Amino acid sequence: MEVKMQLSEKEMVGLYEMMVKIRLFEEKIADLNAQGFIPGLVHPYIGQEAVAVGVCKNLRKEDYITSTHRGHGHVIAKGAELKYMMAELFGKKTGYCKGKGGSMHISDIRIGILGAMGVVGSGIPIGVGAALSSKMRKTGQVTVCFFGDGASNTGAFHEGLNLAAVHRVPAVFVCENNLYGISVPQRQHQAIQDISVRAAGYGMPGITADGNDVVAVYETSGEAIQRARLGEGPTLIEYKTYRWRGHHTGDPNQGRRYRPMEEIQEWIKKCPIKRWGETLTEKKLLDEAKIKKIQEEIEKEIEEAVSFAKESPFPDPQDIFEDVYARKGVER
Amino acid sequence: MRDITYAQAINEALAYNMEKDPGVFLMGEDIGKYGGIFQVTAGLIDRFGPERVIDTPISEAGFVGAAVGAAMTGMRPVAEIMFLDLTTCAMDMIINQMAKIHYMFGGQVNVPMVLRCPMGTARNAATQHSQSFHAIFVHIPGLLVAAPSTPYDAKGLMNTAILDENPVVFVEHKKLYASKGPVPEEYYTVPFGKAEIKRPGRDITIVATHAMVHRSLTVAEEFAKDGIEIEIVDPRTLRPLDKETILDSVKRTGRLIVADEGQVTCGVASDISAMVAEEAIEYLQAPILRIGSLDTPVPFSTPLEKIFAPDEENVREAINKMKPYL
Repeated sequence: MEVKMQLSEKEMVGLYEMMVKIRLFEEKIADLNAQGFIPGLVHPYIGQEAVAVGVCKNLRKEDYITSTHRGHGHVIAKGAELKYMMAELFGKKTGYCKGKGGSMHISDIRIGILGAMGVVGSGIPIGVGAALSSKMRKTGQVTVCFFGDGASNTGAFHEGLNLAAVHRVPAVFVCENNLYGISVPQRQHQAIQDISVRAAGYGMPGITADGNDVVAVYETSGEAIQRARLGEGPTLIEYKTYRWRGHHTGDPNQGRRYRPMEEIQEWIKKCPIKRWGETLTEKKLLDEAKIKKIQEEIEKEIEEAVSFAKESPFPDPQDIFEDVYARKGVER
Repeated sequence: MRDITYAQAINEALAYNMEKDPGVFLMGEDIGKYGGIFQVTAGLIDRFGPERVIDTPISEAGFVGAAVGAAMTGMRPVAEIMFLDLTTCAMDMIINQMAKIHYMFGGQVNVPMVLRCPMGTARNAATQHSQSFHAIFVHIPGLLVAAPSTPYDAKGLMNTAILDENPVVFVEHKKLYASKGPVPEEYYTVPFGKAEIKRPGRDITIVATHAMVHRSLTVAEEFAKDGIEIEIVDPRTLRPLDKETILDSVKRTGRLIVADEGQVTCGVASDISAMVAEEAIEYLQAPILRIGSLDTPVPFSTPLEKIFAPDEENVREAINKMKPYL
C-alpha cells in the first residue's frame, strides 16, 4: 500500500493497533453476549475496522461524530474508553450512559461522540446540526456522520445531505457500504453501484474508495475533513467494505441465510488488519513478536474492562427516573 | 400596559432571546422574508440576518434533526413547524431523538431546543393542515409541552421555553395568533407547571386549553347571569401538568369538565379526567365530562368544519348536562 500522506512510523503502527483493538473488543463482546453477560443484541463491526480507524485518525478530540447501531468501532476509534463501554454493554451504572443506552447508544460527549443513534439514518441530520452549530460558533470543528448503505436510502440521508450542502457545513458523510441492508443485498435495495454518485444530486463531491485499505480511508477522508475544516463544504464518501458476522449476534452463521459462504470467505481474505499488518511487516515496522505484544496488551486492556464491568453495580430501581429531564429535583 | 397579539408576543420573546444570547437562532420553512406562515417571525430576518433566521428546505426531519444536533453542541435553536400536522414528517427526530437523547446517553448532554407547532382547526385548511394531536407529545417522556392561551402567557412561556435545558414542544393555536391582550414590554417568564385560574368560580371547574379557554370564558359569563359560577383553570403547560391547582379546584367545586381541542380518544382531556378520577373521585358530585374535536379526520367544508371542532355551544351543552347535579 502506498502511503502518500505524512504518517510517522508510530502512527502507522497506531492504525494497526487501533484496528486490532476494535477486532478483539468485538470478538470478546460476541462471546460475552453468548455467555449472557451482555444482554440484548450487539451488531459487530468485525471486518469494517479500517473505516472507523482511517477516518478518526484525521479527527481532533473536539471534532464530532455521529454513529449507528453498529457503532463500537467508531467510538473506540474516536477515543472512547473500553471500560466505560464495557460497563454500558453490561447494563451497569458505571457505563457511559449509566446503563440507559446499551450497545446501540454509546456516546462520550466530552470527546465529541454525539452518540450512536439506533434508527437507521437518524444520525445524519443530527450531525448536520452539529456541523451547523460549529460553523455558527466558528470553532473549526468538523463533524463526521457514519452510516451504512441501508441508511443511504432513508429520507434522513436525503434531507440531511441537502441541508448540509445548502449551508456548506463542515461535515463529512461516511457511508460504509458493507453490501447488505441487514439481509437485503445492495442490488435489491438500490439501483446504483456506487453510493457516492448521489453526492452530485446535492452539489457536493462524492468519492468511492476501498474501505478495507486503512491508508486509502485515512487519505480520502483526510482530504474531505480538511476541506470541511477550511469551510469548503461537505463531502460524501463511500467505503466499500463487508461485515464478517451476521447483522447482529442473533443472526446465525455469519448471515448465511442470505449470502453465500464463498462471498464471506472472499472478503475475509481482504481482511483490513491482515493487509495493513503485511504492509507494516514489509516496512519492518512489525514482526511476529511485535504483533503478539500488541495483541496481548489489548487483550489485557479488554480483560480489565470486563473485570470493571463485572464488578460494577447495576443501576438501582429508582435510577429509572433519573435523567428523563435535564434538571434534577423538578417534578415533571 | 399595551395590547399586542399572540403572534407579536411570541415574536417579542424570540427577538429578546436572540438579542441576549447569540446561541439562540431560528430554523423553519418560510420564516425569513416571508415572516412565517402566521407572521410569527416577521421582521426578525432584518434584525438578525439569514444566518440566525434560517429558511430551510421543506425538510422537517432534516431541520428538526439539525436543531437537535445544534442543541447538543451549544446552541439554543427554535424550530418552526409550519403546521402541527407536519411534525409527522419529523416524528423519528422528535420522539426517538429529541426526547430521548438526554436519557439514553445517561444525562451526558442536554437538548435545549424549542419546537414551535401551530395546531387548531381554522380557515378550511382541511385534514392535513388542521389537526390538534398535541397529546402525542404529552405522551412522550423527555418532552415538555407548552400550551399558551393568551398573548401574556405566550411571551412568558416562550421565554421560559428558550431558557429551559429540555426540548420543549411549544403548541400554538392558529386561531389565537390575531387575538390581542395586555403584554408587558419588559422581560418576564411564566413558569412551566403552573396553571392559572383564568376565572374563579364555586360550582363547576372547567380545565381548558388554548382557544377553549376563551370559549369557556364566554360561556361562563352567560351562566353567571343564572347564578352558576364556573371556574376556569388553564394548565398553560401540559407537561409538566399542574395537578395541584386542578385538583384543588375540583375539590372546591366538586364538578369537572375538561375542554381541549384535540380528539377526546387518548387525548389531553381524557388524561386529565383520569387523573382527577384517580386522585379526587370522592370529591366529585357529577360525572366528569370531556370536550374535544369529533373522532373523525378534519373535514374541509365549512358547515362540517364548524361541527368538527368544539366551540362555545359544546361548552354550553356540557354545562347544561351537569346542571342536574348542581
